[in-house]
Amino acid sequence: MAPDTKHLEITLETQVESVNLAEEMCLRVAEAAGFGEDDCYRIGMSVREGVINAFHYGNQERPEKKIHLAVDLTAEKMIIHVIDEGAGFKLSDVPDPLLEENLLSTSGRGIFLMRAFMDEFDVLPGRTGGAEIVMSKKFPAAGSLSPNGQSGQDAKPKKEA
Amino acid sequence: MSLHATHRDAGPVTVVDLSGRITLGDGSALLRKTIRGLLDDQRTRILLNLADVDYIDSSGIGELVSGYTAVKNRSGDLKLLHLTKKVRDLLQITKLYTVFDVFTDEPTALRSFV
Repeated sequence: MAPDTKHLEITLETQVESVNLAEEMCLRVAEAAGFGEDDCYRIGMSVREGVINAFHYGNQERPEKKIHLAVDLTAEKMIIHVIDEGAGFKLSDVPDPLLEENLLSTSGRGIFLMRAFMDEFDVLPGRTGGAEIVMSKKFPAAGSLSPNGQSGQDAKPKKEA
Repeated sequence: MSLHATHRDAGPVTVVDLSGRITLGDGSALLRKTIRGLLDDQRTRILLNLADVDYIDSSGIGELVSGYTAVKNRSGDLKLLHLTKKVRDLLQITKLYTVFDVFTDEPTALRSFV
């Protein structure tokens, strides 16, 4: 880890409340780091979807399993890791929710939303045997912000159009 | 903010006024319960007013689709009214904007059921 990287991690219970908790925590980090309103919404939604994926698909809603959430703030971007204790999965096995035959599916849009809302997205084998979702959002003007968002004019939150 | 739902009859159409977030847990469950309750009462023409819904996650989207399918299976219609920008954007990127009938004013929406 680079010396100027700020790191935060938390272990969550496999329960619905963890979804809101994770979203709220990452929203606060994103706001403090200087992301604007639109980016905060996208980050919050992506964290939410990542933890829903870990809760439902990864850990199969089994309460004895944990969800591991980590956030790294570098000078360029906010990186989020969501790790479950399930069996893992391959991105190539996830159905495309935009295909005509999947449009009326009642599930399967979480991965799509994370990919759409974040700048980088991948799924790796997790350290605990499950899946590790890694996704990042770059600062609007990379290099003009410090990780705490206190420098540069671009640190001011954007107004939604 | 949790989800709140009230409904009112407008002729043969039931307008469901929703406010809050339709997300995993209570929000999605309330939407499901509301639509199933209306179908149990033979109310199969449903207009969901989403003017005060500013947040929907994938679970909420799934519940909207589930409700749409359940109503269609009863030969009814489920349509959407007054989408906020975030909800409209979400339905557009998931291509569901092409599935649902979406309206920006209530009288036009109500007439469309006839």
